Amino acid sequence: MDLLAFLLEPLQYGFLTRALAVTVAAAVVAAVLSCWLILMGWSLMGDAVSHAVLPGVALAYILGIPFAIGAFAFGIGAVALIGLVRSTTKLKADTVIGVVFTGLFAAGLAIVSATPSQIDLMHILFGNVLGVSAGDVWQVLILGALTLAILLVKRRDLTLLAFDRTHAHVIGLNTRFLSALLLGLLALTVVVGLQAVGIILVVAMLITPGATAFLLARSFDRMLVIAVVLTVAASVAGIYASYYLDISTGAAVVLCQALVFAVVYLVGRPDGVLWQARRRRTKAVPSGTQGAPSGTQGAPSGTPGAPSGTPGARLRDA
Amino acid sequence: MTTPPGTAPAPVVDVRHLTVRYGDVLALDDVGLHLAPGRICGLIGVNGSGKSTLFTSLMGLLTPQAGSVELFGTSVARARKDGLVAYMPQAEGVDWTFPVSVSDVVGMGLYGRLGTARRLRAADRAAVDDALERVGLSSLRRRQIGQLSGGQRKRVFIARSIAQDARLLLLDEPFAGVDRSSEHTMTALLKALRDEGRSVLVSTHDLAGVPDLCDEAVLLHQRVLAHGDPSEVLTHANLALAFGPLPADLSPGAAPSSPNGAP
Repeated sequence: MDLLAFLLEPLQYGFLTRALAVTVAAAVVAAVLSCWLILMGWSLMGDAVSHAVLPGVALAYILGIPFAIGAFAFGIGAVALIGLVRSTTKLKADTVIGVVFTGLFAAGLAIVSATPSQIDLMHILFGNVLGVSAGDVWQVLILGALTLAILLVKRRDLTLLAFDRTHAHVIGLNTRFLSALLLGLLALTVVVGLQAVGIILVVAMLITPGATAFLLARSFDRMLVIAVVLTVAASVAGIYASYYLDISTGAAVVLCQALVFAVVYLVGRPDGVLWQARRRRTKAVPSGTQGAPSGTQGAPSGTPGAPSGTPGARLRDA
Repeated sequence: MTTPPGTAPAPVVDVRHLTVRYGDVLALDDVGLHLAPGRICGLIGVNGSGKSTLFTSLMGLLTPQAGSVELFGTSVARARKDGLVAYMPQAEGVDWTFPVSVSDVVGMGLYGRLGTARRLRAADRAAVDDALERVGLSSLRRRQIGQLSGGQRKRVFIARSIAQDARLLLLDEPFAGVDRSSEHTMTALLKALRDEGRSVLVSTHDLAGVPDLCDEAVLLHQRVLAHGDPSEVLTHANLALAFGPLPADLSPGAAPSSPNGAP
């Protein structure tokens, strides 16, 4: 088949053009946010917020208000609830997150099951990007542009927050406000992404692009660019795959992002897993040495009692 | 806050009767600390002696149960806003895989006085260049921070406080994981900063570098056990109080394993 025809054929359908616009817009916003999310160690928070919006979406359908309002309210509410329980108990962050988001998700399922005729659960859970209206497209574009603009204006502060929270505080930045801002933008991004891939898979858009870019980038600005470029490519490829192979659009997009991650994991940079394996085979490694060429070797710690894994501890300081 | 006119400039650090408790654990008990401009002070104590808590208090990250903390004759919050304080984290407190370059990190020292988007102008980039030059890392400025050696990593954070033009440097265990030659480089660097009138507070449980670097030393074990010239503070009897009885040294009264410390 002619390549041009191959590319143009799906675009003659209005619903596919709209799907493409919504998916690419949502994916770009989520990819940008994901860069901070994974560096903050907040991936699980992304999972939590995306699940916790279900009751908000269901209530919005029942009350006849825009579902974005319900979703945003419950996204923020979940973040606040997690923060409240965290600061008033000795439980660890991942535990509190697990309790809160499953509870809210179950509440959403209960609401949906009590009003079965009005809501299509499958559409909320797995997205219905092929059924979006022109109004939905505008909503995604406006909310997405707003989120993106705030993220980009505040990007240096947010990067400093993720890298060295204490320094940010010491030089007079308001770290509580910045944390809250990032969480609020996370909720907004979830609302934007819901349209494209649904509640279950939106978390993939919030984590995978950042994770892929992190493997490739040595500077944060480059990480942002890589995340956006790869996610746009994966989203477009996913939409076309969905059209020609007749598979679920949300699934196709997320699968493409996972494939990109897999490729980068295997062959990206000198620390790609395949290159490492090849180096190990070509170079005879003397036995007894720890062959760990990852370059991430932590500084030798001077304190004997506390070599605990730092990445997990990051959310706890929040 | 009020310095009588005609007297010496306000102390850089003025801590009075500071008491901090975490639940049942007494972290700091009636601690007083006074640091003049242009001095390097070693804060010495075992892990759990309250060094970190004192640093945390100086940075305004906790509310004490009793006592007061003033920096430069004003509140901690005001001193932070004015960019007077810089903090160098412990090596374990830093994510060395983070995608930032050496010059990115040094530039972060300037954020407090930049506009909303924290865009560095030409003068700001020059300040970053100067700071890198002073710590001898100009040639490594594009490196990702994890690609540096232990001593170079520390110097990045010193450069950040130079770019910030901070007047008080809080260094948390700066010599952990640093080889001897880097330690000498850092000592010379810190002394040069001191000679410009900056003050440096160094938290450490490693005594080796203290007499060479510090103008004064504070021995901390929940309370201030001694404060003065390093040679007076680092006596066997004092160290026994802070670190527990040393081999072949029988100082009475020290009970280092109890969380409430020496009586």
